[in-house]
Parts: sequence; C-alpha cells; structure tokens
Amino acid sequence: MSTPIPVDQQDERLIQHGGISGWARDFVSRVRGGDLGSLPVIVGLIVIWAIFQIMNPNFLSSTNLVNLTMQCAAVGTIAIGIVLVLLLGEIDLSVGSVSGLSSAILAVGFVQLGLPLPLVLLASIVAGLLVGLVFGLLRTLFGVPSFVITLAGLLGFLGLQLFVLGKTGSINIPFDSAIVQFGQQWFLPAWLSYAVIVIVVLSYAWQLFAQAVRRTTAGLSAMSGAHVIVRTGTLLAVLALAAWYLNLTRGVSVMFALFLVLVVVMNYFLTRTKWGRSVYAVGGNVEAARRAGIRVNRIYISVFMLCSAFAAVGGIFAAARLAAANQGSGGGDTNLNAIAAAVIGGTSLFGGRGSAYSAVLGILVIMSITSGLNIINLDSSIRYMVTGGVLLLAVVVDALSRRSRAAAGRG
Amino acid sequence: MTMISAATSTRGRAREQILSLRGIGKRFGAVRALNDVDFDVYAGEVVAIVGDNGAGKSTLVKILAGVHPQDSGTVSFYGSRASISSPTDARDLGIATVFQDLALCDNLDVVSNLWLGRELVKGGALDDVEMEQRSWALLRELSAKIPSVRTPVASLSGGQRQTVAIARSLIGEPSVVILDEPTAALGVAQTAEVLNLIERLRERGLGVILISHNIADVQAVADRIVVLRLGRNNGDFRVADVTSEAIIAAITGASDNSVTRRAALHPEKGPTE
Repeated sequence: MSTPIPVDQQDERLIQHGGISGWARDFVSRVRGGDLGSLPVIVGLIVIWAIFQIMNPNFLSSTNLVNLTMQCAAVGTIAIGIVLVLLLGEIDLSVGSVSGLSSAILAVGFVQLGLPLPLVLLASIVAGLLVGLVFGLLRTLFGVPSFVITLAGLLGFLGLQLFVLGKTGSINIPFDSAIVQFGQQWFLPAWLSYAVIVIVVLSYAWQLFAQAVRRTTAGLSAMSGAHVIVRTGTLLAVLALAAWYLNLTRGVSVMFALFLVLVVVMNYFLTRTKWGRSVYAVGGNVEAARRAGIRVNRIYISVFMLCSAFAAVGGIFAAARLAAANQGSGGGDTNLNAIAAAVIGGTSLFGGRGSAYSAVLGILVIMSITSGLNIINLDSSIRYMVTGGVLLLAVVVDALSRRSRAAAGRG
Repeated sequence: MTMISAATSTRGRAREQILSLRGIGKRFGAVRALNDVDFDVYAGEVVAIVGDNGAGKSTLVKILAGVHPQDSGTVSFYGSRASISSPTDARDLGIATVFQDLALCDNLDVVSNLWLGRELVKGGALDDVEMEQRSWALLRELSAKIPSVRTPVASLSGGQRQTVAIARSLIGEPSVVILDEPTAALGVAQTAEVLNLIERLRERGLGVILISHNIADVQAVADRIVVLRLGRNNGDFRVADVTSEAIIAAITGASDNSVTRRAALHPEKGPTE
C-alpha cells in the first residue's frame, strides 16, 4: 500500500472493506448481526404495495399515491413526536387527544371567535407545548411512569377538547380559508418540486464531500468519491422518480412537503447536536447520562414538550385536511396509528435506537394498508385487524433484532 | 502523618501533594462507616485503598466523588480547603471517578461515549471529525487496544469497556482518577491491559486511587497501599517494603504484625484495636 493507512483503520483485527462493494458487504454483515435499520420496513412496503396493486390496479396510480401522501402528513407529524419519546424509552399515549384539542382550538378560535389565523395556530402549538411541559414535570418530579401519566392525559385532554368545542360539537372551517387551502389545495408546482429536490441532493452531496475532505485531512478514513456519487445519485433518482410520478396528477402536496421538512429538521437535531446525542444517551443508559453531566430532567421535559407540540401540529394538519374539527378529531385510531408508525418505521420500544425517518417509513406502511383496504372495499373491521397484525409483527421484529444484536455484539 | 512524609521523602522525587484528607468521619445512622481517616494522594502516584468488606473503602471513594459529603474532617486540594458536595463539584475540582459499573451507553459508539456530556461543538453542530481524531490520539497515548471507535460499546470486551471508561475520565483533564475495582470482572490478559493503562496514567503525572480486593494486582501496580479496617486507617505501606502477608494481616487485623509494631511507635495515631 502506497498511501498511509488512516488512523481509524490501523488495527489489524478490524475487518474492513473499502469502496462501494465494501459498503455493501458491511451492510450484509450488519443485517445478519441484527442491525436491521430500515430494511424490514422497506421490504414490507414493497410487499404491501405489490399485493394491493395485484388486487386493484388503481392502487399505485398517481391519483391514489397523491391521496396517500396527503393522508400521511397529519398522523406522520404526530409520529415524529412519538419517535422522540420512544428514543428515551418512554411513551406518550395522549397524542391523539392532544391533536384533537389542537384541532378544536384552531376551529373555535378561527371560526367562532374570528381570531387571526397565525394567532390561532400559535395558540394551538403553545397548548401542545404546555401539555408536554406538564407531562415532563410529572415524569421528572414524581417519577411516575409516562405510560400512566399520558394515559391520564388521554382522558383528560379528550375532555378538554370536548369542553373547548362546547355544545356545537362539530365546527366546519370555511373552505376558502388559507388553512383549508393549505390542507387540500396547495401543491408544489412541478418545476419547484424538481428545483427543491436538486437543491436538497446537491447540499447533501456537498455535505458528504466536505466531510470526506475533513476526515482525510484529519488522517481518518473517508468515503470515496465514487461512493458519494452513488449515494447522492440514488437519492436523486428516488426523489425525482417519486416527484415525477406524483406530478402526473396533482403533484406534491405542500402539507406533505412540510411534514418531510419537519422530519429532516428533527433528524438534524437528533444526529448533529448535543441535545440529540443526549436523547440517545438517556435512552441507552439514564444513569450513565446523569453521571456524564447531562441534565437528564431537561432532556425528558424537552422531549415531552416536543412530542405534544408535534401532536398539536398534526392536529392542525388533520383539521386543515378535513376542513373541520369535531368531537371525533384525534380519536379512533389516530393514537395507535402514530405509535405504530414509529415502531414499524424501526424505532425501538426499548429506547436509544431509531431515527426521525422511521416516522416517514412507518406512516407510509400504515397509510398504504388503510388506503389499500379502502380501495378494495374492505370493512374497517378488517383494517383494524390488519394494522394490528402489522404492528405486532413490527414489535416482534424489534424484539428479535434486539436479541440478535446482543449476540452479535451490536448493542 | 509522619509515615507518609517519610515515605515520600525517601523516594527522592519531588512530588506535589494533590489531595489531602484529614480526620474524615462519616456516619450512616448508628453505624460509623469512617472514623478519623487520613488519606493523601500525590501527583504521579498510584495509591491503592484495600480493606475487607465494610472497611469503608467505598464510603471514602464516594466522599471524594461527591456522592455524599463527609460528616467531619477536611479535604484539601493542592493545599487549599475544598468542599465536595456534588459529583459536579468533584469533576470541577479535577477528580474523575470510574465506578465499577462503568456507566457506558451501550447503544452509542466509543467516540460518543468518550465525549458524552462534553461534546465538541462547531457552529452549533457536533464536531465528529475532531472528536474522533482526538479520541484516537488519546487511545494511542494510552496504548489502548480498541479496534474501531465507531462500533457500539456493546460490542467491546470487558477490558476494552474498562479502557473506554478510564479514557473517558481523562477527557476532562483531571488531576486525580479514582478507579473502583477496575479488574474485578476481567480475565488474565484483560487485567494486564488495565494494569498497563494504570501505569500510563501515572506516567501522565496523575494521582491514581485504586480500590481493589486483589492484592496481586495492587502489588503489581501501586506505589503505596493504604489499608482501612472497620472505618479506620490501619496502615500505610510502600509497596516496595511490604509483603502480601503483612498487607493481609493489616486488612484482617491480626494482632502481631508490622502494623501493630509501627503503631506502637506512634501511639497517638495508630489503630486502637
């Protein structure tokens, strides 16, 4: 070897493969070791899509997929918050009620009281933050399990939602208001969707490239140029293909795009900031995090606040799409769909493992099942049972991969 | 403490006293866990604290680590009085403790564990490249055998985990490192690895406090051995001058041994049994 070996690869025991083929081999060994990442959910999604496409050729039509993305945004946003609490090894069962409360505040404030929209939106989100603050304080001051606190919250905030709605029960939001237009009618123009994709892919490529240069200068192993090109090329192909297909009909919904932005932003905070590192540390070993000087209570409170705020945003999205808030907003399967999405997407129930992207993948699976069963005219009774079965499968995969991780030494 | 000053001067090296405890007492309810204990640590020295179960080793360490404060007595750090009332106080003074359970996050990789709570930040984002580079520098300085710093800590052996925990304690540039039973659960080769690491800490000029049950390990690596028995000082030996029989006698409190003979020379300070 003519070039010096990077500092991080000098140990002779290290099994290493360079380049893209090496990355592929590492990937196979990671999967065998139980570090499944998003593989099961992507495979699952392909299987689900294939099955429904065979049963009804309209399933993968552009029209239906546009509808699918619009259905994903509200519950998907709630699922981002669930990912956060699951990373801590906690749970929030009240997200459905909190999203319903937020819908109610939006409708009552905007329609009945005639307040300006930005103010009402702010009030909804602040209500979410306050709910989370209460949960966080109860969790940290009294050490009550979050399961119980948020179960109480589920009932309590459902009551508050009904109280806010008052006697009317159901409030319709005017169809020509900005919020309903946003939820139902606003789509990115085709050129803009492509422009956004190009900008996103270029900045991702630039980030990978800059990191590779820094690592090489620091004497560490770095991603090869070809690898960077393959990665960004794949990303570009997937995103452009998806956008092109959606653009055949109505296109990319602004609400769905905003959901994706929230996911990317949350992923940045989780992986690139001290706060995010602390969240993973607390989820992995609370005592170790405490001794390392992390203010564990602040992490708990901030995560519960964010989770409830995401639930509130999800409630706003739901009300915008439905053009109404009623006593059933955030009820039914909203709660469990959000939790199921996070788990199906690959975030572990045991804490410390998962990523913001699992909200996207998980909600795509859940909504594909819902949409597919609707399109082949199956009753909601079957839908509940199938969704329940998929959730169960995801939890079993999580538990099994945790076991094989332990055996393969991947934590 | 004439014994210690004598011991230090005979070593002929100029040594700075880092930590000095005088007359430390601690009660838990009706139990007097520590009674009038004196203890010193010098720079570039490995001091072992040995003693039977219930001798007060852990209590002494917890006072130094800020887990609970002492009831009586004084702690001086570089000659000035210090109060250690919380783990943060201890850390700010420069006392790093590696507890027996290591307190590592299994789901995070070696770099994240090393820098946990002290992450380097550049422009608001974590500076992973810098942290990884410095981690390698630190691990190489300690001659630590960690194959990759990007694997989760769960995949490391017991000795490697101990190494990570010890390396982590050095990130904050402490002056004293406390190791609680670092070799307790390790195999022969791994124990040797950790003992090498302890020598490396001494070479860096740190004061190392080693708590151990294993007399062989203590004799292999310590410069000085402080024996506690039933919450009191029961001897302070230079390793070069002492046999393991004498240490064991001091630990168990056998009546006729070098400790009691020495104690007779200093009746005002010696053990009272």
